[in-house]
Amino acid sequence: MSSTAVEPRGWFKALLHVNGWLVYIFFYAPIILLVVFSFSASRNVGVWGGFTFEWYGEFWDSQATRDSLWNSVQIAVLSTLISVVLGTMAALALERFTFRGHRVFDALLYLPIIIPDVTMAVMLLLFFAQFFDVINAVFGTDLRKGFSSIVLSHIAFNISFVSVVVRARIAGMESRLEEAAMDLYATRWQAFRYVTVPQILPGILGGGLLAMTLSLDDVVITQFVTGPGWTTLPVYVFGLIRKGVTPLINAVSVVMLLGSVTLVALSILADRARSVGDT
Amino acid sequence: MTTPAVELKGITKRFGAVVAVDSIDLEIADGEFFAMLGPSGCGKTTTLRMVAGLDFPTEGSLKIFGDEVGTLPPNKRPVNTVFQNYALFPHMTVLQNVAFGLKMQGVDKSAAASQAREMIELVQLGGLEDRKSSQMSGGQQQRVALARALVNHPKVLLLDEPLGALDLKLRQEMQGELKRLQRELGISFVFVTHDQEEALTMSDRIAVMHEGQLLQVGSPEEIYEHPVNRFVADFIGQTNLLEGTIEDSATVCLANGVRVKATSSYSTGAKVALSLRPERAHLSMRGDGASDGSSIDGVIERMTYLGNARVYSVRLDWMEVEVREENRPGAALYEPGTEISIHWDPGAVWVVADS
Ligand SMILES: Nc1ncnc2c1ncn2[C@@H]1O[C@H](COP(=O)(O)OP(=O)(O)OP(=O)(O)O)[C@@H](O)[C@H]1O
Ligand SMILES: [Mg+2]
Repeated sequence: MSSTAVEPRGWFKALLHVNGWLVYIFFYAPIILLVVFSFSASRNVGVWGGFTFEWYGEFWDSQATRDSLWNSVQIAVLSTLISVVLGTMAALALERFTFRGHRVFDALLYLPIIIPDVTMAVMLLLFFAQFFDVINAVFGTDLRKGFSSIVLSHIAFNISFVSVVVRARIAGMESRLEEAAMDLYATRWQAFRYVTVPQILPGILGGGLLAMTLSLDDVVITQFVTGPGWTTLPVYVFGLIRKGVTPLINAVSVVMLLGSVTLVALSILADRARSVGDT
Repeated sequence: MTTPAVELKGITKRFGAVVAVDSIDLEIADGEFFAMLGPSGCGKTTTLRMVAGLDFPTEGSLKIFGDEVGTLPPNKRPVNTVFQNYALFPHMTVLQNVAFGLKMQGVDKSAAASQAREMIELVQLGGLEDRKSSQMSGGQQQRVALARALVNHPKVLLLDEPLGALDLKLRQEMQGELKRLQRELGISFVFVTHDQEEALTMSDRIAVMHEGQLLQVGSPEEIYEHPVNRFVADFIGQTNLLEGTIEDSATVCLANGVRVKATSSYSTGAKVALSLRPERAHLSMRGDGASDGSSIDGVIERMTYLGNARVYSVRLDWMEVEVREENRPGAALYEPGTEISIHWDPGAVWVVADS
């Protein structure tokens, strides 16, 4: 009986089962606890004091949380849009053309993915400290740390992630398709618009969603480069924790969790649309 | 003389140090079924791509119906291409694929759709207009690619190994269909292939390429009967190439000293090869045939049974040759080791330069 030969034995199979469950519990128990206690009426975190929406109410009533949420959304949307455009262009340049410094550019593009967050944060902080002064002195502008420095930093690391995702998609597309389009009287721009873009769109969407998630989640870099008055939601939560954990943090975390889950679900949908388009 | 559909003069294409196409002169007439034949890497695709405008020549002049198109982009040329692996747009339906060229030329939507439908009908895919191109078989994709190119009424259709990916049966069917389409439309087809049989059966004229150079252009018959050199003789059909030197304009002295009759215009003492096609040679027991300058002695080495024929490998003094005997009732059988002589009709052999 060859089929039983590859099946795990009884006790071993049971062990695998238990292991599977342990992994899931390890992953999800904290999340469930978080969600449950975000509805707890007790001021003490971890003590069940009856069901309430109070913390969500407080989250919404608190000017500080609402502001930081709004900041996060603005920063995420703007940095995502810009990094999607730049990342896609970088991906196209690297996949479709050869030019001087191709390999150097290629290697450098991956750097932000590899560098530790703290290093990146210190680098950027130093950069902005020098750079903004120079710009302001030369052009008489009033750039300061805050919104613009955060957006620029998020773009800086998101370009890499977007271009990696988009590149994978471009690499899977035949360059012959663009040639075929031009052979059929399309201009370069029309070939890009009607053939290249529809082909790589799932990659662009996926890269964009990834960028948005990363931007909404970032604490370390944002905290370093931010200026007075500019707090994003995760940075705000981090600040609250230092003052002591309150159930409000639970509620805020649940909201952020929901946001992330939605983005991930969307990117899975985009991925599915891609594979349907392929077959 | 009418203007050729495509005219190449001194066309060279280099990729860095690689010379992909080496100073080619070529004229393709309007309405001609023209095959470009050669082994892998000889520059067929590169030549075709230069005509399409997908690559630009490094040197030379390229005209389409008398107009210089050297560096014109592909969308400005009255030619269309059927690509090696079809290159259909996977995100579009069959109809959208076929209508794409018309749409890009600014034909209005309903006119484009109706012309596309007509063309889809012509390539016998009626009813499949709304399929995604990736949901079709190889043969069907091939037809979509044809329709997508032909709907634009190109003056020249370029085909890069269009039948390469099909199985034998489908291939033969499509060969017939391509010929039919070409006759009906009356335009020139430039057809790239590395299958010599396909080139011989389908084309009006064939160009044989090797290492970027154009070795010979001519009708299938000319190329088969009168190859210009050793390479062409060997590449088109099967042949035995017996080395020798020219003795005079009617005699070749083979490597083992046997003199055979063969007319040629090479100068005395020139190193040549005598091309003897397996099907044009015959076997007989030694001594049967008179030594008349159209025979050579050998020993049977082995026999391969093909059903409709037997192919004998015959050992000569310095090489081995193949002789094909049709499998007729009563055909003589020769055992390995039999001493025989190979003979042929005068005029069945052809002298080529040995280089
Ligand atoms: N883009 C390119 N860059 C560098 N070399 C190239 C390029 N395209 C073709 N070549 C080289 O030019 C030569 C001719 O290539 P080409 O594709 O024209 O051959 P082919 O006759 O079509 O061969 P096949 O039958 O394999 O398709 C080859 O040596 C190939 O390596
Ligand atoms: Mg080729």
